[in-house]
Amino acid sequence: MFNYILRRLAYALPILLGVNIITFALFFVVITPNDMARLHLGDKHITQEQIQQWKHERGYDKPLFINKDSQGFDMVKETIFYQKSISLFFLDFGTSDADRRDINYDISQRMWPSLAIAVPTFIVGLLVNITMAMLLVFFRGTHIDTLGVVLTVILMSISSLFYIIAGQFLMSKLWHLAPISGYELGFDAWRFLILPVVIGVISGMGAGTRWYRSIFLEEINRDYVRTARAKGVPELKVLFKHVLQNAMIPILTGVVVVIPALFMGNLIMETLFLGSVLYIIGLIITDISYTWVDPRVRLS
Amino acid sequence: MELMEVFDIKVVILWTDGLVFLLTFLALFAIISMRSNPYLRRTWREVFRSKIGISAFVVLMAYITTGILDSFHFRAALENTENQTGTHYSGEVTSVLDMIIGQPHQHQEKTYSAPFSAFQFAKENIELPDGTIQRQYPRLKYGGSHLNEDTSDKVSDIIRRTFVSILWALLIWGCLVWLLIFLKARKSQNSMAKIGRQIWSGRTDIPWKVALIATGILILSISWFAQIADGYHIFGTDKVGNDVFYQAVKSIRTGLIVGTVTTLIMLPLAISLGIMAGYFRGWVDDVIQYLYTTLSSIPGVLLIAAAMLVLNVWIDNHPEHFPTAVQRADIRLLSLCIILGMTSWIGLCRLLRGETLKLRELGYVHAAQVFGVSNVQIIKRHFLPNLMHIVLITVVLDFSFLVLAEAVLSYLGIGVDPTTSSWGNMINAARLELAREPVVWWSLIAAFLFMFGLVLAANLFSDAVRRAFDPRGVS
Repeated sequence: MFNYILRRLAYALPILLGVNIITFALFFVVITPNDMARLHLGDKHITQEQIQQWKHERGYDKPLFINKDSQGFDMVKETIFYQKSISLFFLDFGTSDADRRDINYDISQRMWPSLAIAVPTFIVGLLVNITMAMLLVFFRGTHIDTLGVVLTVILMSISSLFYIIAGQFLMSKLWHLAPISGYELGFDAWRFLILPVVIGVISGMGAGTRWYRSIFLEEINRDYVRTARAKGVPELKVLFKHVLQNAMIPILTGVVVVIPALFMGNLIMETLFLGSVLYIIGLIITDISYTWVDPRVRLS
Repeated sequence: MELMEVFDIKVVILWTDGLVFLLTFLALFAIISMRSNPYLRRTWREVFRSKIGISAFVVLMAYITTGILDSFHFRAALENTENQTGTHYSGEVTSVLDMIIGQPHQHQEKTYSAPFSAFQFAKENIELPDGTIQRQYPRLKYGGSHLNEDTSDKVSDIIRRTFVSILWALLIWGCLVWLLIFLKARKSQNSMAKIGRQIWSGRTDIPWKVALIATGILILSISWFAQIADGYHIFGTDKVGNDVFYQAVKSIRTGLIVGTVTTLIMLPLAISLGIMAGYFRGWVDDVIQYLYTTLSSIPGVLLIAAAMLVLNVWIDNHPEHFPTAVQRADIRLLSLCIILGMTSWIGLCRLLRGETLKLRELGYVHAAQVFGVSNVQIIKRHFLPNLMHIVLITVVLDFSFLVLAEAVLSYLGIGVDPTTSSWGNMINAARLELAREPVVWWSLIAAFLFMFGLVLAANLFSDAVRRAFDPRGVS
């Protein structure tokens, strides 16, 4: 197992390097540091000196890949690519271009509110979706099932934007159940979290329920289910014990760790990298979790 | 006006227009080539045999027709003034759809007005005939301007218009029904009365009764909209007084383009790379797998946001390529499609690679290889036809996802140009309107209804397609 994780991490290196090259190409080759300086300084009538100054402050006045003015290892080190891209591997994100804030600090600050929304949404959503899907499977072939499937398609066809806006409008403005925005540290945060969590769960319900229903329906015609029923195991126990346990693999595959990354704005380039680090970790966890739910799975 | 002057126009073909025409052409070509294949004919028949499938198809066709009509752009000729050489063309690009809608799209009010209202939404200082100034709700310039002073005849006017629209709808629908029965009767050598009875009792192979009812409802609503929009703002007006209903209709083209052109960009990538990885294996497979693992490890929204940000800077820095605002908005729409295409080919590529790996071990492929058939020929003859159902199912499934994605991205400010009409932009504007007191809700509802109609129809149709092409329901 340990070897497996090590090897997977080693495989991750070229992928992360690829992500790095993509972001580097986007942010330094397609648009040059000059363009970026103009974008941030925001003025049409800007002097060359101001641009140079801006680039110098942020270290963008170095050559892209190879610095011919330096000696030895510094030839590679004193370049934009090394300083801005390679340093990401050491999880050193530098400072933000716009207001020169420390990005590491920003990430550590903003991560907790994001996680506080993402984790409950994920867990509650999972429970709700699986329960709803189980109910539909329990009533399969009846009108309740048909009605449920129609409902999931309708839920799926509504834009998530509408859930957000309608949720904010109804719960905050009309019924005054929850504050519309803001955040508070500590235990009081739950008042601010309830609205996004509810919206998140409802907006994911249509697609989620449908997806789990199809997984469970696939399992329900297997031999072991028939055997269990023949032995007189009650239907609910068949569903929640036998079917659920055996459907764990497809469930886990679909449920790769949610990435709590929506730090927009100036942090885009750095979060691209962080996001893909989290994704790779998520994949590894997914593989390991297979061994928990199905002892036949061996990681090699 | 002379006939020549009516047609004195300058045709404008935008990038996305060209792609829409290309897509229409490809779709027609695919339909014609599929007709000669008995297996595909049977499967498609299965799609249209389901009542939901055929109703969804009717709705989708209405949307698609609107989108295609909105893609024929031109610049109308300006009226000749004295001592002018040659014809000058209007700077405004209009589409055939605008021409069909006619006047309502130019009916601009001053600011917000509620649906069906004849009055503005906000009070204004008005000078009365006797010289005094009073604050009250002014009458609108176009909406309900034909009503009398106190608008007491509004209800009767709407009822009259509804009545007229029902008559029109019945007339058109009746013609359609007659045409269908006539064609079927000629084909099957039966009397028209018999065919009519068969359709009425629902004893036809394809549920024509359901299709006709769906078409009837559609025609009725279109003719009702046409009648009412002539005199009222059905969904009110927005902040600068534009008709919201017209905006929602114009957004159809944007939604369809994002849903279809993206697929056009993604398909060549996904199909060629997927088949190559599965067929050649070895280092080709390694490279392609590396490529898609890397791309898919980047969170989608972030990659799209980054790419759009970068492209916008590039467009801003190269204004010489895009002289008019319409062209700039168009290139932004196209770049959104390209970026979405770049991020969405991975899923299909994976599926195709897996299926190709399975197919290449089959006997007939080995036989072809032994006979010395070239790789290109094997892929063309044995792989492509056997993978087409996966491609088709993915395309139909992705469509509704892409339409929804466009709205979300525009809402986040990384989607289409703010000047392009799109449901996302409408919802984005509506976010602030909901905070007003009293609430301005009609933009949001209009965008929601139009989008919901399209996505629901697409979802239902994709269900029917999937059930027909992949009976096990796994994809």
